[in-house]
Amino acid sequence: MALLELRNITRRFGKLEAVSNVTLDIAAGEFFTLLGPSGCGKTTILRMIAGFDAPDAGSIALDGRPLAGIAPEKRPVHTVFQSYALFPHLTVAGNIAFPLEMAGRTRDEIRRRVGDTLALVHLEDKGDAYPHELSGGQKQRVALARGLVNRPRLLLLDEPLGALDAKLRERMQGELIALQREVGVTFVFVTHAQQEALALSHRIAVMNAGRIEQVDVPEVLYSAPRNRFVADFIGTINLVEVSVTATAPDRLELAAAGLGALTTAPVADAAPGTRGALALRPEHVRIGRAGAPATLKNRVEGTVAEYLFLGDVTVYKVRLADGSRFEALETNAGAGRAQFHAIGERVTLQWRHDAGVFLRD
Amino acid sequence: MRAFFCATEARADKLTRWLVTAPPVLFLVVFFVLPALIMAAASLREPGPFGGLAPLAAQGLTLDAYRFVGEDPIYAWILAKSLLVAGLTTLLCLLLAYPLALLISLSPRRRRDFMVLLVILPFASNFLIRIYAWIMILGPLDLLYRSGAVVLGLVYVHLPFMILPLYTNLEKHDPALLEAAQDLGAGAWTRFRRVTWPLSLPGVLSGSALVFIPVLGMFAVPELLGGTGDILIGNLIKEQFLDNRDWPLGATLSLALTAAVLGVAALSAAAARRRRRP
Ligand SMILES: Nc1ncnc2c1ncn2[C@@H]1O[C@H](COP(=O)(O)OP(=O)(O)OP(=O)(O)O)[C@@H](O)[C@H]1O
Ligand SMILES: [Mg+2]
Repeated sequence: MALLELRNITRRFGKLEAVSNVTLDIAAGEFFTLLGPSGCGKTTILRMIAGFDAPDAGSIALDGRPLAGIAPEKRPVHTVFQSYALFPHLTVAGNIAFPLEMAGRTRDEIRRRVGDTLALVHLEDKGDAYPHELSGGQKQRVALARGLVNRPRLLLLDEPLGALDAKLRERMQGELIALQREVGVTFVFVTHAQQEALALSHRIAVMNAGRIEQVDVPEVLYSAPRNRFVADFIGTINLVEVSVTATAPDRLELAAAGLGALTTAPVADAAPGTRGALALRPEHVRIGRAGAPATLKNRVEGTVAEYLFLGDVTVYKVRLADGSRFEALETNAGAGRAQFHAIGERVTLQWRHDAGVFLRD
Repeated sequence: MRAFFCATEARADKLTRWLVTAPPVLFLVVFFVLPALIMAAASLREPGPFGGLAPLAAQGLTLDAYRFVGEDPIYAWILAKSLLVAGLTTLLCLLLAYPLALLISLSPRRRRDFMVLLVILPFASNFLIRIYAWIMILGPLDLLYRSGAVVLGLVYVHLPFMILPLYTNLEKHDPALLEAAQDLGAGAWTRFRRVTWPLSLPGVLSGSALVFIPVLGMFAVPELLGGTGDILIGNLIKEQFLDNRDWPLGATLSLALTAAVLGVAALSAAAARRRRRP
C-alpha cells in the first residue's frame, strides 16, 4: 500500500482550477518530486497534504487513513518552507527543538536528538546562533533539520533550494540526497527546475496547469516523454512535425515536410496518416561533414548556424532545409580544435533508427 | 592614494556618526538634563515668601526640602501608591490593547487603516472634555470620586498609547511563522505563547513605557475623578508649585519621581537585555 494516496484531487480558486483531478500514489521512503512551471498548482497540492488547504473534491489518505478534517498540527507531516520560516527569536537549537517540544519529548531526549540532528546537517557549532546570524545555506539546513528531527511520516519541501545561488544549490542537492537516504523519511519535493528534479528524485510527476502530465522515474521521463509538454519541459529536445507513412513490428516510417523520410521506434496503434512530432534528444544526433558516408538510418543535411562550446560538450544549432533549427550535441572527449564545425559549414546530421520518440498529437 | 581615501572615509564616517547622534543628544540635554539640573538647584534653595525662591544671597543652600520629604512617610507612601496605580493602569491597558491590536493586525489590509483611525479619533476632542464626559457618565452611577474611577480614567486616556506600538509590532509579524509552528505541531494557544507573544515583546515594552511614565506624572485625572484620598505624586508636585508655593519641596518631589521613572526604566531595560533575542 502506498504511504500517501491522492485520489482525484481538485481545488478551485473562483473560476480557476488550480489543481485538476490529480491522482498520485507515493510510496514509503520515496523521494518524490512535483515538477512544473510557475503557477501549475504545486504549492497548492503541498498545502492540501499539510492541511493548510482542503480539496474541493477528492480525498487524501496517509497510511490508509483519510486526512480530511485533521488539523495541520495533528498530521505527522512537516514542511520545509521556501522562505524557511525559522523562528527569529529562537536559537538554531531552539528552532530544531520546537517540534520535539510540541510532541512532548523529555528534556534528555530533546537534547540528544537536537545534537544528533545538528550533526546530521553539519551545524554542530551553530546551535547557539540565531537565524539572522546564519548564511543562506545554513538557514536552509536548519529548516531541513527542524522538519526532520521528529521523524515525520512525510516531509514536504516547497522549492527549498530556490533562494540559494547556483553553486550552493548544487552542493545542497547532494546533501539532500544523502540526508534522505540516511533518515529514510519520505520526501515530497516541489521544484520548477527540471535538472534539479532529475538529479534528486526517485520519481517525478510533471505538472501543467493543474494537471499531471506524466509520472515516471527520471530516466523514463527523459527518454520516453509521453507528450510534447513533457518532452519540451525536461531537458532540450528537437521536435519535428511528421506524419506516419507505414508501420512495421520493429519500426515506424515517417514523413517530415521538407526533410524526407525518417524512421523511429514503433509505438502502439499508430496507423498510417497519424500526425505528430518526432522528439529527438541532441545527444542522439551525430554531426559530420556534409557528404560523409551514411552509417546511421536517419540523415538530414543542414548548415551550422551557431555553436556553444561548453567545455565538456559542444552544442551545435543547425539550420535545416525546411528552415527549422536542430540541435546536436558532441562530447569533446579527445577532440581537437580542428574537428569543430565552423558557422556556415554544411553538415550532415544522422541518428539511429530507434533514437527518436513519436509523439502523437 | 589608498591611505588618503581611508582617511577621508574615516573622517566621513565620524562626521556621519556625529550628525546622526547629535540631534537626540541635544534634545536630551535641552529638554531633560537642563530642566533636571534646574530642579536639582531649586530643590536646594529656600522657598520665597510668596512662592518662587528666596534670594540665594540672603538664604544660601539648604537640605530642608529633602529632610522634610524624608521625615514624613506620607511622601514615600504616595510615591509607592503612584507606582502601583501606574503599574495597574499599564497592566489593564495591556490586557485591553493586546486583543484589539491583534484583531486590527489580522484584519484585511483595507480595514486596518480605518480601525487605527478609530483608535486615535478620541484625540480629536480635548482631553479635559473627555474627562468631563466621564464625570457625566460616572456621576449618576455613583461611581465618581474613588480610586476605581481614577484608574478607569487613566486607562481610558492612555489606551491608544498601548494599542499603537502593539499594532505596529504585530502587523510586521510574518504569517509564515505561525504556519510553520502549526505545521510542527503547535495548537492555537501554543502558537500564541511560543511565537506571537515573544515576538511582540518590543511592542509590549514600548507601549508599557508610553503608558507607565505619563501616568506617574498625571494630576488632572485623579483631581477630576478621584476623591481626596486618591491624589498621586503628580498632584502633590503640582500642589507644591501652585497652591503651597513651596518650590523647593515641589522640585525635590519631582526629582524623586524622575529617579523612580529612571529606576523602572533601568529595571525593564535590564530585563529586556537578559531575554534579548534578536
Ligand atoms: N489562495 C489563493 N487564492 C486564489 N488563487 C490562488 C490561491 N493560491 C493559489 N492560487 C492560484 O492557483 C494557481 C496555482 O498556485 P500554486 O501556488 O499552487 O502554484 P505553484 O505551482 O506553486 O507555482 P510557483 O512555482 O510559482 O510557486 C496559481 O494560478 C495561483 O495564482
Ligand atoms: Mg509554489
